[in-house]
Amino acid sequence: MSLTRNFFNCRRSLININSSSFSTSAVKSQNVQQATGTKRICIVGAGPAGFYAAQYLLKQLTDCAVDIVEKLPVPFGLVRFGVAPDHPEVKNVINTFTKTAENPRLRFFGNVTLGTDVTLQELRERYHAVLLTYGADQDRELELDNERQAHVISARNFVAWYNGLPGAEQLQPDLSGRDVTIVGQGNVAVDVARMLLSPIDSLKLTDTTEFALQALADSKVERVHLVGRRGPLQAAFTIKELREMLKLPNVETCWRPQDFTGIEAQLDKLQRPRKRLTELMLKSLGEQSSRKAGTINKQFLPIFLRAPKSIAERKMEFSITELRENSAVATEATEHLPADLILRSIGYKSSCADAGIHFDAHRGHVCNQQGRVLKEDKSQAEPGLYVAGWLGSGPTGVILTTMNGAFTVAKTICDDMAANAFDATSIKPGLVMDNNKRIVTWQGWQRIDKYETEAGKSKDKPREKVVSIPEMLRIAGV
Amino acid sequence: MRNSARLTLRNIWPRNNLSSSSKTANFTRTFSLGLALRQQDVVNVTFVRASGEKIKASGKVGDSLLDVVVNNNVDLDGFGACEGTLTCSTCHLIFKTSDYEKLPDKPGDEELDMLDLAYDLTDTSRLGCQINLTKDMDGLEVHVPATINDARAA
Repeated sequence: MSLTRNFFNCRRSLININSSSFSTSAVKSQNVQQATGTKRICIVGAGPAGFYAAQYLLKQLTDCAVDIVEKLPVPFGLVRFGVAPDHPEVKNVINTFTKTAENPRLRFFGNVTLGTDVTLQELRERYHAVLLTYGADQDRELELDNERQAHVISARNFVAWYNGLPGAEQLQPDLSGRDVTIVGQGNVAVDVARMLLSPIDSLKLTDTTEFALQALADSKVERVHLVGRRGPLQAAFTIKELREMLKLPNVETCWRPQDFTGIEAQLDKLQRPRKRLTELMLKSLGEQSSRKAGTINKQFLPIFLRAPKSIAERKMEFSITELRENSAVATEATEHLPADLILRSIGYKSSCADAGIHFDAHRGHVCNQQGRVLKEDKSQAEPGLYVAGWLGSGPTGVILTTMNGAFTVAKTICDDMAANAFDATSIKPGLVMDNNKRIVTWQGWQRIDKYETEAGKSKDKPREKVVSIPEMLRIAGV
Repeated sequence: MRNSARLTLRNIWPRNNLSSSSKTANFTRTFSLGLALRQQDVVNVTFVRASGEKIKASGKVGDSLLDVVVNNNVDLDGFGACEGTLTCSTCHLIFKTSDYEKLPDKPGDEELDMLDLAYDLTDTSRLGCQINLTKDMDGLEVHVPATINDARAA
């Protein structure tokens, strides 16, 4: 039969595919087009932003398939590597993410790195939409001399160290000195202070990595200074974390009364959250003088109105600042604080994984408007390219913030799809499971998960994390 | 679990009563009392979204409002992320002032600390995982703070 006659036959009786006269590729392509293409979305980064976005998309678009690509063999991002080991309930969101991962329309591609294993261009060709949610893996620097000295480390790296991020085990922080100075007063800084001052016996029952527990058990650290540029009313830590510090056994919190001049008078003007936090600080300050001196040898010292000026061998110089219209302005006066170890905790920063991403290097996140990645000239959005989580909004906020942000961007994707802002009808292949590449599937992660949980049992820990990537791949069976 | 235990008991009774008619009256009384207790246990709750949409659900006395959402599969994205451990604020609910004041337990520091981080915090806000149903709450209407899902409704 000629191809043309066959084609006409197709058009006349499209439904009768069982007829023996239909056997050409024209028929096949017609049928494939009728079973209209699954909408394929690729999410890069398997942390909270990625999982919450996937959850939303799978629910709202009943004909979509979502692939999550993750650099590491293991999922969950900062929920696994950022949340402190002594905050296990915060990690309960993993159960929600696992439920999302078990949706048959979702596939997990672990051990696949954007920029090296696959390019953005390839993803955009293989999927209708690509959502970047790979977060922040760098941190802001003080930009002072001597910052590269061994005794100056980033809080991000310290957290990665005790949380078992592959590579961070190399850190080997020197905990033989008595004084630690932490620059920054966010919740990351407070987490680090708490890990340094907590009784080792309570840490031993958490999923803190074994090598970190060893180092913390041998630690000689007695005093942790937590230094911020501005005043108590601008403290970035939240009340739950402060309360925890105040209740730490065998640790005395020492405020500086002069930091709190005029603060009580401003209480009434404050919103409830800020008011309660300030009241707690004032209460603790008030109880300070009546506290018994004696057996307590560990101290937590929050210090305000000091901006980093220079780094020396066992101390750090700070400018004394004044508050002018909510900003810290340095005066001529300075103060030295003892610092056998310096931890900088002044913010995370994202990196640009692929040259095709329009990245704002100054701000450290992807240029976007409401989650739509902008073109180089910022005039319009790139069709079908989105960003959510810290990579798009900057590295602040708790899981709740990221969840809301991810839902919002996922909704934008759905709205854009309905408005034909990008091609969602042609057939897209998605990524193909290549047996030559060592891709970790969800089943692979489950094997690692089981291995870690078993390894933790003998030590009464919820898990003993595998820290080596080759080991992870071996356990996953790839 | 309590209800299924009662069902089992009800199944056992008839066999014991076959021989004695005097016991039948007792059985009937217990049977209807059992049913009445079950009804008494049920507490009806309505969740009102920012759009005005009302979602009816119900639970038993003692269930938390988070339990009610989970057990009824109430469609609230991201609700109860930390599974009731007071480490998030995603089960944030807003009560009418009169209902808020009638709640038996005032929020403790732990609950207030997490509520402080919630969006659209009000003076009558509570975390759903900390509110346990009492029979008095039958017919309760709680407001769910606005989320992006409600932004879409005109």
